Formats: sequence, structure tokens, C-alpha cells
Amino acid sequence: MSNIGSYEEKYKSFNWKDSEKELEYGKDGMYNIGYYCSDRICEKGFGQKIAMIWEGFTGEVKKYTYDDIRIYSNCFAKFLQDIGVNPGDRICVFMDKIPELYISFLGVLKMGGIVQPLFSAFGEEALFTRLDNAKTKAIFTTRKHLGKVRRIRKTLPEMTKIIVLDAGEKPLENDELSFDMAKMPKVDKFDIFKASPETPSVLHYTSGTTGTPKGALHVHSSIISQYITAKWVLDIRPDDIYWCTADPGWVTGTSYGIIGAWANGVTQTVLDAGFNVSHWYDFIDKYKVTVWYSAPTAIRMLMKEGDAPVKAHNLSSLRHLISVGEPLNAEAVVWSEKVFGKPFLDSYWQTETGSIMISNFPGMKVKPGSMGKAVPGITAIVVDPKTYEPITKPGLVGLVALKPGWPSMFRTYWQNKATYDGKFKNGWYICGDRSSIDAEGYFWFVGRDDDVINTAGHLVGPFEIESALLEHEAVAESAAVGKPDPINMEVVKAFIALKPGFEKSSDLEMSIMNFIRKKLSPLAMPQEIEFVASLPKTRSGKIMRRLLRAQEWGEEIGDISTLEND
Amino acid sequence: MADDMKKLITDYVKREYLDEDSDQEIDENTPLISSGIVDSFSMVSLKTFLEKKFEIKIPDDKATPQAFDTVNNIIKLVGEFKKGV
Repeated sequence: MSNIGSYEEKYKSFNWKDSEKELEYGKDGMYNIGYYCSDRICEKGFGQKIAMIWEGFTGEVKKYTYDDIRIYSNCFAKFLQDIGVNPGDRICVFMDKIPELYISFLGVLKMGGIVQPLFSAFGEEALFTRLDNAKTKAIFTTRKHLGKVRRIRKTLPEMTKIIVLDAGEKPLENDELSFDMAKMPKVDKFDIFKASPETPSVLHYTSGTTGTPKGALHVHSSIISQYITAKWVLDIRPDDIYWCTADPGWVTGTSYGIIGAWANGVTQTVLDAGFNVSHWYDFIDKYKVTVWYSAPTAIRMLMKEGDAPVKAHNLSSLRHLISVGEPLNAEAVVWSEKVFGKPFLDSYWQTETGSIMISNFPGMKVKPGSMGKAVPGITAIVVDPKTYEPITKPGLVGLVALKPGWPSMFRTYWQNKATYDGKFKNGWYICGDRSSIDAEGYFWFVGRDDDVINTAGHLVGPFEIESALLEHEAVAESAAVGKPDPINMEVVKAFIALKPGFEKSSDLEMSIMNFIRKKLSPLAMPQEIEFVASLPKTRSGKIMRRLLRAQEWGEEIGDISTLEND
Repeated sequence: MADDMKKLITDYVKREYLDEDSDQEIDENTPLISSGIVDSFSMVSLKTFLEKKFEIKIPDDKATPQAFDTVNNIIKLVGEFKKGV
């Protein structure tokens, strides 16, 4: 029997108060996520239970009990206090998937800071944009990424604290600080910041069609949503060995790779290594993973390698498989059921929602290719793209819309309330995705409603790429669009018009690709570049990106009446 | 020839994939993909480099993380498609 039992019954009778009560949220005036993910589990008598088994790419293994997580996160919280970081300050954690990333995340929350996790593969421009927008006060990083931080810190006057995990013997520069977690004095008792349910907790950056990336601000009470969805959708149980493959630089990695997992007191595993099919299966086999939360891109890469590697491993421990990031295609659902004996169940949500909104649930009839049904506590519909009125006829495509009010809903975009307000129409939060709903209430994803590129489950903003492209010496103008990709759903394709004096060549193509990869991130790097004489524009001079996108997807070009006559 | 290729690829990886301030050493057996030095997205630019430099075409199904995981693996992969190496 799954944790949720009957989905229909839970959906009908659901009340957020019941979830709060189950989590004992607010007991003794405590609302801080940091407490619920470590101290509370210890107080329940599970201090010696393993909270995290971490394995690095060399095979090195580290294990941490819940008591270790509690003490080390206290330690980082106290360190931040001691160096003058205050509640409400933004503290960025910028490192690979190492244990200190997970633990410092809780440490920041425990001292009342707003934790700003950033993907460690970000280049210095992507890093700068997000730190500058958040006016980040402190950054916690490692030697591997310190160079990027050093090169931009002079242009970030508010960022006064640079904390280095693995400083070692090599001297640090200027006022950089060393925090070697393993060598710091243990802090058994720490006065956890008395957050309210509405105190800001996590600031995750996400991309839109226009402008710079936006910081979705979450609050401590988000844990109520994350706790109950981890329990009901991921079906996490006390004896599970859970593996969330997401990086905490992105929202899945924090909502379900830290908060949802540890609020439920489960043992989770972390593999800090590049993707490798047999390494992944070895990992599941070695640690007897029971619940696996992964992404369609990874599943399709596993699928590409076929059934033989699966058969070469003992994967019988797997009990429940869930997917997130971009729509999971029907073929992958069918394949996973064939080779693992159970299907990957798709789940749908986004950075702004903080937790899963629509999903296939254990015990529910699986319709391969469907996103599933609304999570209990969530009212989800599709609305007309022009009037924003609800569409009630099954099968008609509209915009996915959610009735605001669940605990993990973002509270604003950092310093950008106008954009936040613009996401609400007729009292609905508009997700920006197109979908239909069938007669049985299942959602079927159709596509994005804007130009944002979803590559391997990560949203990449075309504006950010185009702005960076213009910094390349050879680029006169550019447009970045998503093009279909069998593994990553979409990859970035750039259309580029060159400045006079530059000729197209494979050398130039590589130079531009590497330029973007280093400046922004590997995700933002164009996988293909098409050199063009000029880009299609409206009469007012705006590049018609949608025309190029439609061309890539083989779609109808639509209204081109405003196209400039060359 | 093999030594030239080794140096060419190793230098390229150092220059393009390591941070400019990094003092990390790379040799022909250093894991590139599994260590995260080169991620699956960046493999595209590495593949383009190899194809251009050695005038070959590497099919997508041969461009696996395993095939790109070390400079030695890459040399072997290039050898499959380039005559006389």
C-alpha cells in the first residue's frame, strides 16, 4: 500500500492543516526548515540514522547521520553569524554536489539567511548576473570555482564575504575566509533563527523569455508542501534508500534532494560524478536504491544504451521511479516498465511552484506520456490563452493555470514585483506551459507558451544567450531558439549574422560555442550555429525569434504580417 | 603521431575546460566526463574540435561518455575513424 492510499479520497478530503499537523509544523514556535530537516529527526530518536551516503567520482564514500547533519549545519550557521552575516542576507552556495553543499544549505537557513544555490557549472557572467541581482553578501565555494568568483568580485561591492571550503595550505587572497567543515569545532547547540512561516528561505534563479534571470523567492513554510509531496508522490518511507539525481543548484535538488527528503527522515544517496550508464546502475545496485527520482534526459540516455546494461546489474531493490524536468515521453515510460518492472512516473512543477503540482501517483492508472493529475491541495486547470477563462472541454489545449495558495508557492521575484504580478491572470497563476486535460482529468503537455528553451530539464533564457553572443567580437546580431533533440528535448541553436570582416568557418563556430559555454554555462552553449546574412525582423526592428523556432520544429510559421520587407 | 595527438587533445582540454586559474594537472588517463571536467553538453564542442582537427566524422552513437572519458579513450575513438593513426 502506498503512502497516499487512494488518490481520489485524498484529493477530496485534503486540507493543508493536516499536513502541518503531521509535520508538527510550528511546534514550540519553530518554523525553520533547518530544524525540520535535522534537529527534529534527531529529537524523534533517529540521530544515528544515516541521512546521506555520498560517493564521489573516484569511488570515495562518505556517510553522515542525522546528528552529523544537525551538528555540521549548526557549525556553518554559527560561522556565518561570527563573520557578521545577518538574517535576511543572501548567501550563495556555489560548489559541486559535495556533502558540504547539502549541509551548508541548512546552515544558512538555521541562522536566518536566504540561501541562494547556484549551479556550479555557471560561467562568470551567469554567476555575476545572479549575484548582482540578489545583492548577495556571502558566497561559499571551493578552490575549483574560486577563480570565477575572484574575477567578478570587484564588480560586486555588496559581496564582502568569500568563504572557501578547501583552502588548504595555499594562501587565500585578501579577506577570503576558510571554512573547513571537517576541522571546525563541533557546535552541538545552536539557537536556531526564529523564522515565521513567511520568512524568506530560498532564492532560486530561473530564466524567462526577456530580461535577466529572475530570482524566485520562497519561504520557510514551503516545507509543508515539500514534505507531503515527497511522502505521497515520491512515496518515501522510513526504510527507503532514496536517490534524487538532481543538482541542488536547481530547484529539484533542493526541494526534493534536501528538504523533502530530510523532512521525511529518509536515507538519501548522492553520486557526484558525470553521467555514465553503468556507473548509475552500479550505484543503484551497490546501495540498494529503492526510490529513484530522475529526469527524462537521463532516462532517455539510459534507454539509448538498451536493456543489456540493466540485465548486467541487480536492480531488484527499485520500488518506485519518478521523473521530472521536462515531459517524459510515452516510449520511456513503456521502456522503463519493461526493463525495471515498474514505470517511471512523470511529475510536473517548476521553480516558482516550489513543489510538485501535477503528477502520476503510485497506484494510479498510468497513461504513458501524461503528466498525471493535480496533487491534493492543488487546483489545476487549463485556461484560454487570450481570455484566461477556464477551458472545460476535454482535449482542448490551453495554458496550465494553478489556483494560488499552496505553501511552497513563490512569494515574489526578487526586486521584480511587476513581473511577478504579471504571472497572475483572473486569479490564476499562469505557468507558461500549454497542455490539455482529458476526460479523466489527466494533463497532457503540449509545449512552452514562450521562447524559453527547456534543455535537459533546465530552462535557458534566449535573451541571456543573445546578450552574451553580442559580446563576441564577430557577432553582429543573433537569435537563440530551442531545436528538437531526441535526448535533451531541446538544445540551443543560434542564428548569427557576422560583423563585416568575419567569415563563417568551423574555427569561428567553435570559438563562439566555447565563448558562451565559459561565459554562461554548458547548458546555454549553442549545440548548433547557423550563420545567416541577416535575421528576420518586424518592421519595428525586433528579431522574430518565433519564426526561427517554428522553422526548427517544422511548425506553422503563423502571422508574419509584421515581418520587415528586405 | 600518437604523442602529437595526445598533446593536442590534452592541451585543448586544459585550455578550454579547466578554469584559467586552475592548477589541476591532466594526463592521458585523467577522467574527464566522470570527474565533471567535461559535462555531457560540453562534449559537443569537444567532438566538434576532434572532427575538425582530425578531419573525421564521429557518429552520435559512438560519442558516448565512456568514449570521451580520458584522452587515451579519445585517441582510441579518433583512431577508429582516422586512417593511419
